[in-house]
Amino acid sequence: MFKYVNQPVEKIDGLALVTGEEKYTDDFSFNNMLYVSVLHSGYAYAKILDIDDSEARKMHGVVEILSYKNVNQILYTTAGQGYPEPSPYDTLLFGNTMRFVGDNVCAVAAETKEIADEAIKKIKVTYKELKPILNLEKSEGSPIIIHKDDGAFPKIPVFYDAKKNIASKVEANVGDFDKAFKKSSKKIEFDFYCSYGAHCAIEPHASVSYLDLRGRLVIISTTQVPFHVRRIVSHVAEIPVSKIRVIKPRLGGGFGGKQEILLEPIVALMTWRTKRPAKLVYSRREVFKSTRCRHEYKTKLEVGYEADGTINALHLDALENAGGYGSHALTVLANAGSKTLPLLNKIENLRFTGMGVYTNLPVGGAYRGYGATEAYPGYAQAIDMVCEDCGLDVVEYYKKWCIKSGETSAIFQALGEGKEGVAMNIGSTSLVECLDEGAKLSDWYAKRKLYGPDSDYNKGKRLKRGIGMVAMMQGSAIPEIDMASAYIKMNDDGSFNLNVGATDLGTGSDTVLAQIASEVLDTPVESFIVYSSDTDFTPFDTGAYASSTTYLSGQAVRKCAEEIKKQILKVGAEMLSLSLDEVELDDSRVVAKGKKKEEVSYAEICQYSMYQKNQFQIQATASHISPKSPPPFAVHFIEIEVDTFTGIIKVLNYTATVDCGTPINPVTSEGQVEGAIVNGLSYALFENYYFSPHGKMLNDTFGKFGVYTAFDVPPIKVKLIKSYEETGPYGAKSISEININGALPAIANAFYNATGKRLHNGPFAPESILKVLSEK
Amino acid sequence: MKLEFKINNTSKALELLPNETLLNVLRNNDFTEVKCGCNEGECGSCTVLLDGKPVNSCQVLAMSVQEKEITTVKGIGTLYTPHLLQKTFVEAGADQCGFCSPGMVLASYSLLKENPKPTREEILVALDGNLCRCTGYVKIVDAVENTAKKLHSNNLVME
Repeated sequence: MFKYVNQPVEKIDGLALVTGEEKYTDDFSFNNMLYVSVLHSGYAYAKILDIDDSEARKMHGVVEILSYKNVNQILYTTAGQGYPEPSPYDTLLFGNTMRFVGDNVCAVAAETKEIADEAIKKIKVTYKELKPILNLEKSEGSPIIIHKDDGAFPKIPVFYDAKKNIASKVEANVGDFDKAFKKSSKKIEFDFYCSYGAHCAIEPHASVSYLDLRGRLVIISTTQVPFHVRRIVSHVAEIPVSKIRVIKPRLGGGFGGKQEILLEPIVALMTWRTKRPAKLVYSRREVFKSTRCRHEYKTKLEVGYEADGTINALHLDALENAGGYGSHALTVLANAGSKTLPLLNKIENLRFTGMGVYTNLPVGGAYRGYGATEAYPGYAQAIDMVCEDCGLDVVEYYKKWCIKSGETSAIFQALGEGKEGVAMNIGSTSLVECLDEGAKLSDWYAKRKLYGPDSDYNKGKRLKRGIGMVAMMQGSAIPEIDMASAYIKMNDDGSFNLNVGATDLGTGSDTVLAQIASEVLDTPVESFIVYSSDTDFTPFDTGAYASSTTYLSGQAVRKCAEEIKKQILKVGAEMLSLSLDEVELDDSRVVAKGKKKEEVSYAEICQYSMYQKNQFQIQATASHISPKSPPPFAVHFIEIEVDTFTGIIKVLNYTATVDCGTPINPVTSEGQVEGAIVNGLSYALFENYYFSPHGKMLNDTFGKFGVYTAFDVPPIKVKLIKSYEETGPYGAKSISEININGALPAIANAFYNATGKRLHNGPFAPESILKVLSEK
Repeated sequence: MKLEFKINNTSKALELLPNETLLNVLRNNDFTEVKCGCNEGECGSCTVLLDGKPVNSCQVLAMSVQEKEITTVKGIGTLYTPHLLQKTFVEAGADQCGFCSPGMVLASYSLLKENPKPTREEILVALDGNLCRCTGYVKIVDAVENTAKKLHSNNLVME
């Protein structure tokens, strides 16, 4: 039993958030501050022949203009990943080639935002328009080359062929797919298309910078990766790391969208050159068009199986649209395979092939789900098809074929992030219980029997009902790559400072990490003063991505707290004149084991260690990397009603059972599940990028993009089903990403259950559904 | 220029330009609890109450509301004296990133003030103008329902 973890502790920043007291990046302003506006390309593909900024520079209040003419041409990747990054170095802060509508042309810093915006209009840019590639299937080997002779290169030794527009390529084989597929008596082949997606964090991207009293550059930014920001700004702006401090204040949502280094180098250069504070806040339209999005995908499935349901061979092929630059192009691709194929590990012959191609469309990046979202619609429909064809219940099928504790998949080793993966055995899993419990909560067996395309319930009806499901896995941190660290020191009233590089995006990780430290030190969460994400004052952490914070940063905090515990016990024993094995921690005290009458409080211990004898600061730091990436599991059941006249799919019930190991905070964990589900639903049924024939995004507002509101949300049942992950803090695994992946595949399977037709194109918007229904 | 406004029950002189939106004027005068998510009236982050009614302050000309009572989220409760509704938001886990929270709290406050016993459907309608990408709205709607229950069981009126 736990005292502080696995408890619904209120978020430590909660009251400050709901009373509007907390500060986000745009809430920071400084005297003498400059306001920055960026001019973005209106062309999908163009060469800038000249920029004439003379009129703008003459304007009263214009202070600095950055463009390719006065900014060093340094290649980098905007992907905020570990170093060396697995994404190609193919981007310039301000170059003279525009590769998508929204690419950076130049930036103006002025005394007011209005002047900066006005100045932007006075800059005369002479473009030579080039013929763009606006279709991901027409990119590979096209005579139009998107990164031609620009020096773009991969930072790590991976396949990269810019001359053929190939930004990334991945292949993994287990067994012999070709042979097993050929031999199979039954075969399925089909495609699934996933549209572009936008994160839609309600807080837009923003950065503010200033010079501190000793001339160092301070950047306050909406970032998930403060340490990567420091490193990459140093590279791009040519400022030493020692002169840069990056602070992440409260963050208004990230979802991967703020794992990119986009605005920070611009304000950094403005401040470094002018010696004045500078602020850049993107408009909502700029966020849609110019930042990063979910990659567009086309997956292809080939499955060879037998009449008894045995799958002999499965091939997942993924074609990914990287857009104009290759940010995360390799790693999202690899995850499309590595986060799906190990799930049914008893399939002996597996093949994954993937290619990321450049186009002149918006740039993909990290987005919650990270490849798994794009791969599960095809994968889970394939499993559903096999079961339908063989007359098997798909829930029972998953129970039989899914990966179990103590088992492995060769895919873990075959597919890594830009290099070979890491072999691992599954430790914790409650997937089978999740399947059983989800089936019960959703009334799966009765409803699956009641519905069906030829059932009395649906036959001849305008409104048809169906139920579908999907089982899924994700990961927890990138094994042997991601690193987190923590620092704790004790204060004289028995409180503690907990400083972590980990980045709370709004998920509640500051609270969750405090709960873990509380559990180790047996002292209330309120005893911890949590400070996070400041490169000057918190130790290194790779950042908030890859579902890593609770699992990885949490374990660093636990290790650090264990060190503190040792020091406290030592001082306590000395004060009580007892030996170390005669004392223990009990409710913010060191007590004599058993008797508990002899005791010293934490306050007394700290005062003793600071002022009285053998003085020293009780403090510790600890780092953690993980040798494995234990998958969380989730099963989603969705019941829908299809209006065959309008093509509208109405979700009637959504049931999710989730294994995240020990939920450190059940309320925030549930919140992660619910938020991801609704984001996934909005993406599955509505959200899409609509482009003009010239590659310009047309629906670049919240309203036109169609983010779900409270009114759109169906009844959702969430149940967390515990397991215990030995390598995680108090048994915890991740939870943040996995649940965004369920809506597309489970709705597609429910649609088949209702209508007998398969869906091959996301999102399942009415017009596309009507088209499918009208097909013979 | 400087003009007097009635904000959170006090009179305050705010620096503004004649063509500025209420959102800009408030944020430029340190009312940073009013957030800007889209500046196009589509997300509700900039919600304030005008004479008790929720509006998107990015769609209101500041000069036009000089005679009205303006309420920001700090006007209903602060960190030191939080409103029951705000406490219930935190208790229910309706606070993730918190960026939409000031707007959500105000939209909920306005609803409960007019309709202390709303149905779930009425809550969804009242919050329809406020976007949240973190919570999936589930716990926000729970928080409003729980507040209504607490008001009812303790015979309290929304203040």
